[in-house]
Amino acid sequence: MSLAISARFARRELRGGLRGFRIFLACLALGVAAIAGVGSVRSAIQAGLEDQGAVLLGGDAQAEFTYRFATDEERAWLDSIATSVSEVTDFRSMVTVNRNDVAERGLTQVKSVDSAYPLLGELVLDPAISIEQALADKGAVMAPILADRLGLSTGDSFRLGTQDFILRATITTEPDDAGDGFGLGPRTIVRTTDLADSGLLAQGSLFETEYRMVLPAGSDLDEVRGQALEQFEDSGLRWRDSRNGAPGISRFVDRLGSFLVLVGLSGLAVGGIGVSAAVRAYLARKTSVIATLRTLGASRATIFQTYFLQIGALSLLGIAIGLVLGAMIPLVFAPLISAALPVPTLFTLHVAPLAEAALYGVLTALLFTLWPLARAEEVRAATLFRDALDGANVLPAWRYVIATLVLMGLLVGTAMVFSGNPTLTLWTAGGILGALIVLVAAAWGIRWLARRSTRAARGRPVLRWALGAIGGPRESAGSVVLSLGLGLTVLAAIGQIDGNLRSAIERDLPEIAPSYFFVDIQRDQMPGYLERLENDPAVRRIDSAPMLRGVITKINGQSAIEVVGEHWVVRGDRGITYAAQPDARTTVTEGEWWPEDYTGPPQISFAAEEAEEMGLKMGDEVTVNILGRDITATITSFREVDFSTAGIGFVMTMNPASVSGAPHTFISTVYAEEAAEVQILRDLGDMYPNITAIRIRDAIERVSALLDGIAEAVRWGAAATLLTGFLVLIGAAAAGEGARTYEAAVLRTLGASRARILRSFALRSGLLGAAAGLVALAAGIGGGWAIMTFVMETDYVVIWSSALTIIIGGILATLLAGLAFAWRPMAARPAGILRARE
Amino acid sequence: MSDAVVSLQDVTLRLKGNAGLVEILHGISLDVKQGETLGLVGPSGSGKSSLLMVMGGLERASSGQVHALGQDLTAMDEDALARFRRDHMGVVFQSFHLIPTMTAMENVATPLELAGDRDAFDKAQDMLGRVGLGHRSDHYPAQMSGGEQQRVALARALAPQPRILLADEPTGNLDGVNGAAIVDLLFGLSQEHGASLILVTHAPDLAARCDRVVHLRDGRVDSTELRAAE
Repeated sequence: MSLAISARFARRELRGGLRGFRIFLACLALGVAAIAGVGSVRSAIQAGLEDQGAVLLGGDAQAEFTYRFATDEERAWLDSIATSVSEVTDFRSMVTVNRNDVAERGLTQVKSVDSAYPLLGELVLDPAISIEQALADKGAVMAPILADRLGLSTGDSFRLGTQDFILRATITTEPDDAGDGFGLGPRTIVRTTDLADSGLLAQGSLFETEYRMVLPAGSDLDEVRGQALEQFEDSGLRWRDSRNGAPGISRFVDRLGSFLVLVGLSGLAVGGIGVSAAVRAYLARKTSVIATLRTLGASRATIFQTYFLQIGALSLLGIAIGLVLGAMIPLVFAPLISAALPVPTLFTLHVAPLAEAALYGVLTALLFTLWPLARAEEVRAATLFRDALDGANVLPAWRYVIATLVLMGLLVGTAMVFSGNPTLTLWTAGGILGALIVLVAAAWGIRWLARRSTRAARGRPVLRWALGAIGGPRESAGSVVLSLGLGLTVLAAIGQIDGNLRSAIERDLPEIAPSYFFVDIQRDQMPGYLERLENDPAVRRIDSAPMLRGVITKINGQSAIEVVGEHWVVRGDRGITYAAQPDARTTVTEGEWWPEDYTGPPQISFAAEEAEEMGLKMGDEVTVNILGRDITATITSFREVDFSTAGIGFVMTMNPASVSGAPHTFISTVYAEEAAEVQILRDLGDMYPNITAIRIRDAIERVSALLDGIAEAVRWGAAATLLTGFLVLIGAAAAGEGARTYEAAVLRTLGASRARILRSFALRSGLLGAAAGLVALAAGIGGGWAIMTFVMETDYVVIWSSALTIIIGGILATLLAGLAFAWRPMAARPAGILRARE
Repeated sequence: MSDAVVSLQDVTLRLKGNAGLVEILHGISLDVKQGETLGLVGPSGSGKSSLLMVMGGLERASSGQVHALGQDLTAMDEDALARFRRDHMGVVFQSFHLIPTMTAMENVATPLELAGDRDAFDKAQDMLGRVGLGHRSDHYPAQMSGGEQQRVALARALAPQPRILLADEPTGNLDGVNGAAIVDLLFGLSQEHGASLILVTHAPDLAARCDRVVHLRDGRVDSTELRAAE
């Protein structure tokens, strides 16, 4: 009964139109649109990856081996299940170009292929020749960036290992490129058979072989996978199929997408502040209506329901606008987005991200409108005869406080489920909540300080009016500091984290990192290699270690993936070394190292931090597949491994007797003066063409470029938050325009000039902006410090350039919003304004 | 005109309303002497408040001359008018028009501050004491009754010791007791300061306390009544 009446009242009130709700709708729509948009792009990429999965993988399914080719038995089985099979080998090497007796070298990721490659998709070359033509007679194709760097043109020759090749074309499109993941060097493609005399695929060299298969139509991918793993998992075979053709990219897109949605949630929280302010302003205007309804006998429930239905209908409208925008914008810009991304996309109407965004929108709208709505039912009939400010600070009834807590829990829970990363979600939600609490406290503090400072500002009316307005009873300092502050906090935190990461990687890392990583050094090459370097005064330090690669298949007899989940250590193959004794830099944190001459059952010393993350204990048995052979070793010690210096660091070290018999090569790091780096590479390349040098500065550049992309995406997400904050500012400025007009009229009556009043308005906006910027900066620095100290475990310094931008941004934003709405107060005639109030 | 603090010559006022341009005042000529109390009375819509606004430079005459303290208000721009009011005029409104974000004391001190008075707050406190609100100086307008707000408005108008005090139905929003108290203060303080008081009112007993009463009808001076001798 009551609900029907409320619905009728609500409908009548909504006849007034949407005036006063533009900011409300814009805040909600923008927040929902940002989340829906990010989700839609993520879904488009995931759909593209799924759709093109087989092409990205290079076949319907793929069997992968580390360090070796398939055995005859394995190959026979693969041939038996597939209609066609293509063998591809992937490894890092050096391209050498001899010009006037001077060798120039460049790191490359070599893909050697058979005549069946590519099974799916097309390798597009420039000039447009076929792959057969390109690779015939020791022909090769390479990425244009590498050809440019080495000054190679079509028809020029270069060397891989000890084998000469002729560049026939550059690669325009490589169909299975995205499926291969992150490589440090640009691509070169040659025939595998042409590498026979190159010395590159010797036993122990680091290479991977992939057997891509086209399966008979109607094959059950799960069944085939089951058969493959059942027969060959113990021999180190890894299996992928077209349902997840590019797992690295898929995982990356998924994580970045989830993170951006979480950044989007902070935007929605800012929007929520605007929504809350709009509802409060609306209900304040309706106080006399509510009081009249109460006088006429309306119950509290009727009042609550009447306004709940109105705000609910408007919220749904805002969410709907946001969903339409979030779905349409990616569709409209699909060609541009597709062109900018290195992965396939499939843009269409993806329902799941829209549903996710709608759910966030509904929960946020409920969360931020519940309190103001609860206040509405507190309005008494007697309010008609009193000032509307009476009782404005009364807490709502307990049921609303509890409902608010439940809604917060639901919102965080939903985000945890959708992001697939509960820890990150909790950190983000905690960060947003923490920032909101800090900002609420700061807003209160700013108003208190402004009130206290008015006395000190006596005699300086412009400043005193500004302080009086900030500290006074009707100023919107709270919503300005909250909305702008939260947006700026997100931006400040990102600026601090990005700046610190960048400085750690680009400035600090080159100082502590080695100049080169040399890999694939054969045992018999080690003495000559060391002799060259040890006699060079420019070389400060050389670290060398034998390296094998293996996959952890089992932990205590159970599948490793099942035991520890998707931890990076069990995902793919890892480097393994052996040592009779720990070197001087090794710190054993638990257990004991094996005796120097130990020849008993295999033992393993595991990296302490990774072991803790994986839940490994002393005495656990770890099975590692090396070159198709399972070796089960007992963990007898944990040791500290610092991966942050980019030096040699192995998660697993085994006793020599257990693995030294397996074919393997050596890895070495060289710390040398920058000026000597080129000569070292030249000499070692000439001496040992098979070894591969990875220049750390080049690798750092690649990582920095990747970081640039991530930072850019996150900055766009934060910009949406800031834009929402700016909308809230505009809303607050617009809502305060009437009050400022009146204030200006009175001040002009008392003798204040327009310039003076305008200065005071500007000062008011600027002070609030600066305060919001400072608080945001403090919160951002706190967040940045926490992330760098506890998550990245590295030093933290304040990035002042970013900090200054935040404060200036805060001042400019409030000034812009404030002064945009100062025109009317300045232009209006005092008599008209004051008479209207009589 | 020489001893007139306010002098109007053939003043007309046309304002744009919903129905187009409306002539509010029709050729009004009027002088107000130093120390004189002048009542402006008349039915609603007769133009009394508009005339007061013109005298205060809050409304710009469409034609005619408006002089105050010998200066031509019609020749001044908005900011010059504001400075003139700051230095020479006090205004009291029916709806008080206190600035809600300022305390009582800050409201009263504002015109003094604008004039660069170093003792603005001492004088404001003193003035609040004289209107009986010395103990409410830190209160905001919303925390005060209508009568109290009008007393603050009166203190604000008189604090700079203006030579001209304009009051637009100062008791219109007050009950009888509060209204009478405000009127006593208004007349007493303006006399004490030697200010000329120009008062718009509907209340006959209030008009009766003025030296001279001007009756307005349809934007014209209908009659003038001298009461000083009574």
